[in-house]
Amino acid sequence: MPHALSVVIDSLPYLLQGSFLTAGIVVSAMFLGLVIGILMAVGLVYGNRFTQYLLTAYVWVFRGVPVVVLLFLFYFGLFTFLGLKFSAFTAVTIVLGMTTGAYQANIFKGAILSLPKGQFKAAIGLGMSEIQAIKSIVLPQILRMSIPAWSNEYSIILKDSALAFVIGAPEIMARTQFVASRTYQHLSLYITAGIIYFLLTWAGVLALRKLEKHVRIPGYSHHGNQ
Amino acid sequence: MMSDKIPILRVNNITKSFGTNTILNSVSVELAKGEIKVLIGPSGGGKSTLLQCINCLVLPDSGEIELENENIDFTRKRDLYRLRQQIGMIFQDFNLFDHLTALDNITIALRKVKKMGKKEARQRARLELDQVGLSDKETLYPAQLSGGQKQRLAIARALAMDPKILLLDEPTSALDPTLIGEVISVIKGLAVKGMTMIMATHQISLIYNLADEILFMADGRIVEQGPPAALLTAGNKSKSQGFCDRLNELAEVEG
Repeated sequence: MPHALSVVIDSLPYLLQGSFLTAGIVVSAMFLGLVIGILMAVGLVYGNRFTQYLLTAYVWVFRGVPVVVLLFLFYFGLFTFLGLKFSAFTAVTIVLGMTTGAYQANIFKGAILSLPKGQFKAAIGLGMSEIQAIKSIVLPQILRMSIPAWSNEYSIILKDSALAFVIGAPEIMARTQFVASRTYQHLSLYITAGIIYFLLTWAGVLALRKLEKHVRIPGYSHHGNQ
Repeated sequence: MMSDKIPILRVNNITKSFGTNTILNSVSVELAKGEIKVLIGPSGGGKSTLLQCINCLVLPDSGEIELENENIDFTRKRDLYRLRQQIGMIFQDFNLFDHLTALDNITIALRKVKKMGKKEARQRARLELDQVGLSDKETLYPAQLSGGQKQRLAIARALAMDPKILLLDEPTSALDPTLIGEVISVIKGLAVKGMTMIMATHQISLIYNLADEILFMADGRIVEQGPPAALLTAGNKSKSQGFCDRLNELAEVEG
């Protein structure tokens, strides 16, 4: 057996353990981003002008600054400054969650704006409060229509999670680099890491596509139906 | 026609502007229990805005609304929610909830607003679906219904809330001519049962047959009002008659 292959096989369990951490980071970050994104989208559409300026500024900051800079800024800078002793895992999750939150906010905002306005009006007309109407009428529809854009975001965040290695979270990339630096089998090991990332992307996107089909409403199109 | 003359709804000097554009200019309407008023007049005359102001979907700039002798404070959310619960609204383009089945389009407000239990809400919803002839459609989504069925569902959804007044904003205008009949007959059924209504419509048969009073609106004012018998007789010089004549001509051209 070629040496390269045996190194890969020997280190595979070690690398795969890293994929659990990667999955943990991505799932937590996406969930955090979902919460941030929904709240921000609601604020961007229904909030007053001050709220809208504030949230728009947030979106611009997280869109305009590279993730790796944010990671250093938060992990070594802000968290230390605030005296917070977060693990690398927590720090990465927070930074990626806040970043994807900014992007998800825009996804959900677009979805809310594309929803026929009359439905919100009808809900209010039946005596619902604004919050009830958003929760029961707006969100169930925009979440459905956002799944394709959301799965795009998932694949981006999954790949961005590789940056976690720079602050020492033992995820796929960090473990691969660790093994590669000792065995000098860079080519085969990084190919392996690439394949693991690819499979995770593929599985996640496939699962989301299934979810999209599962929650699809018969005859429903994005722009109402008349 | 009217069983009691005491108004349940008083709309007093409502004014509404968007920017420099005055949509409603000091409009007043009174409505007694069981009474049906029909709003007619050219597009842009303020009919739709008046209806939406009455249940505060659009907040008036000034004026007063009184429902059963209770004055509505436009700055109090709770007043607005209560008012809207008691005044049903039917829209031209239905505004059904696209992600919910016909049954759940009705149950959602019963559960969220009236805090009804699931079972009770469903029972009530089925009753209303039956009333508008949609019993066999309860599992279908809005996108799977015809225009006429959609509007009947919207009416059922509003009625389930036991509104004291129903506002209808051109309920047949978005419908295919062949589907108008089924909606008209539901609305006529409501009239027979004594539903109190204000309706904006261009539908001649609704104007002639249902109106206790016609309100002709133009340029944000009610410029003419009276019972159909007074306004709508052949050769009458009223604006309402002129308007209905034109609607009739149009209907003949189309027919």
